[in-house]
Amino acid sequence: MSEIAQMDLNPRGAVKSESPLAMTRVNVVLAASARDAGVVVREKPFLGHLVLRGRAEDEAFRAGVERVLGLALPLALGPVARDEARGVSLQWMSPDEWLIVVPAGLEFDAEAALRRELTGHYAVMNTSGGQTVLELTGPKVRELLMKCTPYDVHPRAFPVGKGVSSVFAKSSAVIRRVDEERWELVIRRSFADYLYRWILDAAEEFGVFVSPSESAGSVEHRMAREAAVEGR
Amino acid sequence: MLHIYCPHCAETREEEEFRPKGEAHIARPVEPEATSDEDWGNYLFFRKNPRGLHHELWYHAAGCRKFFNVTRDTVSYQIHETYKVGQKPSVTADKGAAK
Repeated sequence: MSEIAQMDLNPRGAVKSESPLAMTRVNVVLAASARDAGVVVREKPFLGHLVLRGRAEDEAFRAGVERVLGLALPLALGPVARDEARGVSLQWMSPDEWLIVVPAGLEFDAEAALRRELTGHYAVMNTSGGQTVLELTGPKVRELLMKCTPYDVHPRAFPVGKGVSSVFAKSSAVIRRVDEERWELVIRRSFADYLYRWILDAAEEFGVFVSPSESAGSVEHRMAREAAVEGR
Repeated sequence: MLHIYCPHCAETREEEEFRPKGEAHIARPVEPEATSDEDWGNYLFFRKNPRGLHHELWYHAAGCRKFFNVTRDTVSYQIHETYKVGQKPSVTADKGAAK
């Protein structure tokens, strides 16, 4: 018998033991309905995301973008240009970079139209597969965001319509305020699982409800896509 | 935490969004093949480490992902100004920093 102090590292009973997966909070306590929840989370999947690069001081570039999207190119950080009815938005990301979001299935046509209309020094990249949109609604969303990002989400600094890119939950996200109590996060695919679980965990205290996303291979989504393909 | 004004976003943002990238205004020798080993070594590896005003390059990693310059006091951490790459600093050690 050697002189070794042996410890029981799993003292059942007195101390709570947790599996390494204990922090995997997929099963947070969800609110009974969207009406009881302080935060309602809904993914808006399969939207068309295009990254547009170009020279903002080039008048022909600005005019071309406006002809295709029907939205004036924002020239500084601030309000996201948005047409709610058509589901098209255009956001300033950097002095020479913009994020275009179009409805599912229309990204191919939007890119083709931009390539038709634009000349000179520009770039369009389809990043639809690389990112997704989470919509957060409810009276407690602002409080939830305060837990997640160092950016000031007070109405004074973050009025309705504004969109910024910032640190979010030690990762990054594009944060957009669509309405008083409606926000959007544009998140990267590789962080989506982590951020989704972070948001559910952070929102649990306010009462969180996950609203089913409208498409995820639904009939309407498929039909919209087929219609867009036929129209080509 | 520092509050840093990004000249591209035209907003003051949290330090967490930025990454420091070292000394600013380092000019690459115009003719590398005609540059002495010592000068090339100085260009590649040797950096100023002043006590006081320092011109630094910063990167707005989580925001607009653009580089810009910061004039910072390495003693007090006070940021005197930020300006775009290609511009000249208005606050320099010989001009003296406005307190």
